[in-house]
Amino acid sequence: MSKKLIHGLYNDDDVLLNGVKALREKGISIKEVYTPFPVHGLDHAMGLAPTRLSIAGFIYGCIGLSFAVLMMYYMMIVDWPQNIGGKPSFTYLLNMPAFVPIMFECTVLFAGHLMVITYLVRNGMFPGRERQNPDVRTTDDMFMVEIEADGSSDDITSALKATGAVEVNEKEL
Amino acid sequence: MHYESPIREPLITGNKSYHDITTEVARPIETTAGRSWWIVFGISAAMFLWGMGCLAYTVGTGIGVWGLNRTVGWAWDITNFVWWVGIGHAGTLISAVLLLFRQKWRMSINRSAEAMTIFAVVQAGLFPVFHMGRVWNAYWVLPIPNNFGSLWVNFNSPLLWDVFAISTYLSVSLVFWYMGLIPDFAMIRDRAIKPMQKKIYTVLSFGWGGKAKHWQRFEELSLVLAGLATPLVLSVHTIVSFDFATSVIPGWHTTIFPPYFVAGAIFSGFAMVQTLLIIMRKVVKMEAYITIQHIELMNIVIMLTGSIVGIAYITELFMAWYSGVEYEQYAFLNRATGPYWWAYWSMMTCNVISPQLMWFKKLRTSIVFTFFLSIIVNIGMWFERFVIIVTSLHRDYLPSSWTMFSPTFVDIGIFIGTIGFFFVLFLLYARTFPVIAQAELKTILKSSGEEQKKHHHE
Repeated sequence: MSKKLIHGLYNDDDVLLNGVKALREKGISIKEVYTPFPVHGLDHAMGLAPTRLSIAGFIYGCIGLSFAVLMMYYMMIVDWPQNIGGKPSFTYLLNMPAFVPIMFECTVLFAGHLMVITYLVRNGMFPGRERQNPDVRTTDDMFMVEIEADGSSDDITSALKATGAVEVNEKEL
Repeated sequence: MHYESPIREPLITGNKSYHDITTEVARPIETTAGRSWWIVFGISAAMFLWGMGCLAYTVGTGIGVWGLNRTVGWAWDITNFVWWVGIGHAGTLISAVLLLFRQKWRMSINRSAEAMTIFAVVQAGLFPVFHMGRVWNAYWVLPIPNNFGSLWVNFNSPLLWDVFAISTYLSVSLVFWYMGLIPDFAMIRDRAIKPMQKKIYTVLSFGWGGKAKHWQRFEELSLVLAGLATPLVLSVHTIVSFDFATSVIPGWHTTIFPPYFVAGAIFSGFAMVQTLLIIMRKVVKMEAYITIQHIELMNIVIMLTGSIVGIAYITELFMAWYSGVEYEQYAFLNRATGPYWWAYWSMMTCNVISPQLMWFKKLRTSIVFTFFLSIIVNIGMWFERFVIIVTSLHRDYLPSSWTMFSPTFVDIGIFIGTIGFFFVLFLLYARTFPVIAQAELKTILKSSGEEQKKHHHE
C-alpha cells in the first residue's frame, strides 16, 4: 500500500490547538505542524520534548569565560608581564578586577553566537535554503497539520474535518 | 491564551485579522517609494557623501585637520561616539529588557528600535577608529600575535574594554535582530511575485518554514539572547563611562558615571526611537500598530530616565562640593559659569527641565509635542557629552595651557556625515525589511486587538 501525506489547514490558532489535542487522543500521530507565529502550548499538545538550547547556551558561556581567562592569563601574566600604572602583573588573581569586563564580554560573545549557530544547524537553516513549509499560506494566516498515513486516509480526513480544518489535501508519496 | 484586562487600551487598533497584519507589514516592501522618500534619501545620501569626503581628508592629511589641540585632546569625536552608542541603547532595551518583563507593547516597535541600535553603533564605531589616525593599523587593538615580540594589547585599559564591549554589542545585537527577522523574511518570500524579490528573500529567510519545533527553539533562543543582551547593554555604557571614570581628570573621576551614563543612554535612545517612529508610522501607515499608547509609554520611559539623569547631575554637583577637593569643585563651577556656560545650561534645560513636561498627560499623548521634545532631548544629550568631555579638559592644571576648543569644518562634516549615513541605512531598511515583527505581533492580536477585545469582553 502506498503512503500518503495529508495536510489539514486551519484558519485559527485556538481551533488548531484543540484539533491537535483531539487528533492525538484518537491515536493519530502528527508528523509536523506549520504555523505563522509561535502558538503557545502547541509543543505540549504535540508532545514535543523541551528544547535543550539554553543548556547549550550555558555551556557556550562557560567556554567563553574560560577562553577570556586563559587568553588574558597567557598574554598579561605569562608571556609579557608589564608594569602598567603600577597594577599587579605577577598573578592573575591580583590583576583580575581589571579583567572582569572582558571576561564578561567574552562570555556573552561566545554564548550568543554559538547558540545562534546551534539554532541554525539544528533547524537546518542556511542562506538560500528552499522553504521548508509545503504551503505558502502558513507564513501568512493558515495553520497546517501534516499527517503521514499508510493506506486509507478517509478516517484521518474526516477526523481533521471534524476538528475544524477548513481544507484537507492529500499527496501520494 | 494570554488574558488582558478590559481596562487596558488595545495595542492594535481597528478590526485587524492575521492576514491584514501580513499585508500591511509587507506593503512598504511591495510598493515603490514615494517622492518624499527619495527627497529625504537624497539629502541623507548627500550628507553621507560629504562626511565620507571629510573622513578621506582626515586620513589623507592627518588628525591635525580636526579642532583638537594639546589641552583638548578629545572633543567632538568622542562626544559623537558616546552620543551614538547611547542612542543605540534603546533598541536593546526595548527588545531585550521589555521581553524579559513580558511587556507586550514592545512587539510593534522592537524591530525598528533594534535596527536603529545597529545603525547607531556603526556610526559610533567610526569615531574611535578614525581618531587612531592610521586607520590601516586599526586591527592593532585586537589581541593577535604580531611582530613586536609578541607585544599584546593592554587588558588593563578601559579603551580596550571598549573594543570588546562595542564589538560584542554590535555583533550580538545583529544576530538577535536577524534571528527575529527570519520568520518575517519568510512571510515576504512566500508572498513575493517578482522572481528577483523571491530569490532575495529566499536567501534572507534561510528556508524558514514555521515548524512547531523550530518555533519552540525560536522562543527559547529569543529568551536567552534577551537575558544575555540585558546585562550586555548595561555593561556597554558602563564601560564607555569607564573611559572617563578610571582617569584622574577632575569632572571625570566619579563613581556615579556608570549608572548615570546608562540612564542617559536609554533617555537619548528612546528620544531617537520617537523621532524615527513618529515619522515612520505615518509614512508606512503603521498607525494601527504603533499607537498613541506606544508613544505615551515611551514618553514615560523618557520622563523616568530623564529624571534619573537630572538627579545624577545634581548628585555630581553635591559630591564636588562635599568632597572638599578644590580641583573637583573648580571643574563643576567652571562648567556652569565658565566660558562653556551656554553648553552646560543647554544641557540642563534640555535634559532636566524638558522631560518633566511629560508629567502632563496632554503633552505626552501629543504627537507634535513628542516629536519636538525628542529632538530637544537628543540635542541635550549631545551637549551632555560635550560638557563632560570638553569643559573638563579645556582648563587643566596649568593655567598657561588653558584653551578653548572650536570644531573645524572637518569635525562638523564628519558628524553630519554620520547623521546622513544613519538615515541612509534607516531609510533603506524601512523599504526593504519588515518594519514590524509581524509574527510576534500576531500572537497578541486576539488578546490585545481592539475588535477582538470588544468581543472577548461582551
